[in-house]
Amino acid sequence: MTLPLYGTASLGAGFGSGKARSVIRLRAVERRADRHAADFALVKTPDQLDLARAANWHSIFVVSDGSIESVSTESFDRQIIVPPKYDYLGDGDVLGFDHSSRKFRTLFRRNSAHNSFLVTERCNNYCLMCSQPPKDVDDSWILSEIKESLALVDPATPALTFTGGETLSDWVEFIDVLKECRRQLPSTAVQVLTNGRAFANSRIVDAWRNIGHPNLMAAIPVYASTDSVHDYVVQAKGAFDETILGILKLKDRGQRVEIRVVLHAVTAPIIAETCRWIARNLPFVDHVALMGLENTGFAIANDALLWIDPLDYREALAEAVDHLVSAGVNVSVYNLPKCVLSRSVWPYALQSISDWKNGFVEECDRCDEKSSCSGFFTTGRPRFSRGVSAITS
Amino acid sequence: MARFLAPEAFSATTETLSLLPFNLERTGTNQYLVANLVGDFIRLTEDELNRLVDLQIQPGDGLYEKAYSAHLITGTNQNAQRQLLALRLRSRMSFLRQVTPLHIFVVTLRCEHSCPYCQVSRQSTDRSRFDMSEETAMRSLDIAFASPSSRIKIEFQGGEPLLNFPLIRTIVSNAKTRAISLGKKIDFVIASNLALLDDAVLEFCKLNDVLLSTSLDGPADLHNKNRPRPGGNSHELATRGIQRAKEVLGTDRVGALMTTTEASLDRVDDIIDEYLQMDLDGIFLRPLSPFGFAVKTKQFQKYDAKKWLGFYERGLRRVLEINRQGRPFREFYAALILTRMLSDRPIGYVDLRSPAGAGLGALVYNYDGNVFASDEGRMLAETGDNAFKLGHVDQDSYQSLILSDKLIGAISSSLTQCAPECSTCVFESHCGADPVYHHATQGDVLGIKPLSAFCARQKGIMGLLLDILENSLEDAAILRRWATP
Repeated sequence: MTLPLYGTASLGAGFGSGKARSVIRLRAVERRADRHAADFALVKTPDQLDLARAANWHSIFVVSDGSIESVSTESFDRQIIVPPKYDYLGDGDVLGFDHSSRKFRTLFRRNSAHNSFLVTERCNNYCLMCSQPPKDVDDSWILSEIKESLALVDPATPALTFTGGETLSDWVEFIDVLKECRRQLPSTAVQVLTNGRAFANSRIVDAWRNIGHPNLMAAIPVYASTDSVHDYVVQAKGAFDETILGILKLKDRGQRVEIRVVLHAVTAPIIAETCRWIARNLPFVDHVALMGLENTGFAIANDALLWIDPLDYREALAEAVDHLVSAGVNVSVYNLPKCVLSRSVWPYALQSISDWKNGFVEECDRCDEKSSCSGFFTTGRPRFSRGVSAITS
Repeated sequence: MARFLAPEAFSATTETLSLLPFNLERTGTNQYLVANLVGDFIRLTEDELNRLVDLQIQPGDGLYEKAYSAHLITGTNQNAQRQLLALRLRSRMSFLRQVTPLHIFVVTLRCEHSCPYCQVSRQSTDRSRFDMSEETAMRSLDIAFASPSSRIKIEFQGGEPLLNFPLIRTIVSNAKTRAISLGKKIDFVIASNLALLDDAVLEFCKLNDVLLSTSLDGPADLHNKNRPRPGGNSHELATRGIQRAKEVLGTDRVGALMTTTEASLDRVDDIIDEYLQMDLDGIFLRPLSPFGFAVKTKQFQKYDAKKWLGFYERGLRRVLEINRQGRPFREFYAALILTRMLSDRPIGYVDLRSPAGAGLGALVYNYDGNVFASDEGRMLAETGDNAFKLGHVDQDSYQSLILSDKLIGAISSSLTQCAPECSTCVFESHCGADPVYHHATQGDVLGIKPLSAFCARQKGIMGLLLDILENSLEDAAILRRWATP
């Protein structure tokens, strides 16, 4: 099942003309305390509509197939109505809403462990398998939207991810966002997906360190132990040198770094060597994530170049994990179901796929390991290993 | 998709590549072992080596990738390769930040054993002449605590140190007081044959967190042959002592060392079995040192490095077999070398480092107040060679001992980083200088390495470990675990 995180409202009224966009937060109708100007009562039934009115809500967000619209909603200052497929929305969720087009995006789901903010679609890499193909557009408005959102995010949220594009494209403004995270969400762990090249610039690393965030991790991809292979994968000459230098400068300043390796036909056959190299050269990184490919975005366009059955790199991956474990490096394997992994790798395989795009196949129903398995991506054009088969005792 | 570029678009051209420093050794017809500045190894054919040196390589040819991953080349305008080498070298050498962490106190030269391989000329009589005095001990502590190291280890040696146990008590109690007032951490080790271990000693060790280190040469017949004492019961006393120590102090608070004699050479399996039976977590397969009494009795000449390596390899393979059968058990010397080969953690192991560990790693306070640069140095003095006698506790300070011409001369003349044979050796990163050994065997602290059994043993062991790492997947995984931090 894939949750629809984008959509168009069937109605958006009462927003005036001062601003093009609003960030709004959904609230359970019965909630009375701490109402914020951005709060909307979440209404899914006619009863809730009455309750909202009685509780003196001025703004309502209706999830409805049309039955509620027929009841009068006019007594509210601001109204948004979306189709029933957005029924997953709940109390504390935060959305971005474009007034004129009525388009909205779910920015934050309070009940999810996988909240991520897209910071920009711009990027100075152009990775062969990018799941979020970069666009050269001025989307700096997104950063203001994120700043607005942070005030509405539940401070009890355990973790947030910032992703892109390259998150450090507008690094000054983005560093400000991270400072806001520290100020408003001091107990929320923050992970930033970045290609790390910006950190080759000492000014940017210093600014990053000076945020003083207690739980901030830069997650940086390294695809090979050779410059030419890494540069080819990210389609940017000189990227490897900047990325490695960036990692060194971050660690030199005591910052937390995760290395991410996406596994596909260019990177998977050499994964043992890449991890041997990481174990030898960068054993001080905080975590290494070896990640199965999400077959979406550019990965579909480059399918002929990138597809490899995970079964065909099973042994190489087991050796890769062993190199890292032996060197005392914290390692995890993401996005790969247990049936295609060597048993020695199981202790490191995590249920890593975000809830909104995670699924299983029929075969999984009779598998003993399903409850502790990553399953599959449901996004893009999923491809399945010939090794997918139920594990039974 | 036309917007994506082919791999060739990311190739470097020869003009933009530079070589980085590396060492090499021919290992067979057309085969070379190559090590980068920090000791990562790769193997190249002669043709590959020539192409590498001429920079006739490019991405996609396999050699480029091999050479780049191993830091043998860099893009001339790149920074990361050089930065990685620099920080790794800095990490490897940072053992130098802890200056003189080890202080060996020879509290007596007396011993109730009469081992023919003894590296010290033992004394059995005359308590007053061969025991360290309290005054000498206190002066020695002055010097030990003047070393800049934030954590020091005091090791009690002999003779049999338990023959002068009252002095050990005095030193430990005094050293603990000093450590508290100076804010230093302190560890204690007693190197003993355990024959005199009793409840009083054990209680003392428990109370003061004292580690015990003992000798166990193998099964009873071999051990007792190597280590004679009145009653011929050295093995019985040692094994009983180990058991008692494990019970009272904890399994990780007692260690055993073995020494290889000619009689041991065919019996490595028996020796290892003895360690397994004692439920020890590993064994340190040690060669005999050419010092002290061992020279006088010509023990060390009885077998050469090649024979010893054969013994070592059989032992190591047996240890690997034990691991494959599911019991974790290490060969500690291999573990040490592997840590050097597979990580950049600073290893200041006194006997295998450059600059040498003499003085910089350890000082030895002899029973009579003479101070030596190493344990082997005082053993030489027992046979009349004072080359490594740095001074005396009555006249010298830490400064004057460490800055003595004798010590500086020995260390600076033996640096592997610039010694002939060593500076170009493919194993240099993982090896060390042993000026005392080479002085003892060749009369020269630097030594002629092709004639050196020390060199032959190091190269032999490292070559063996590399061979297993490269050619045996399962054993390689076991060996890698030995280097896990």
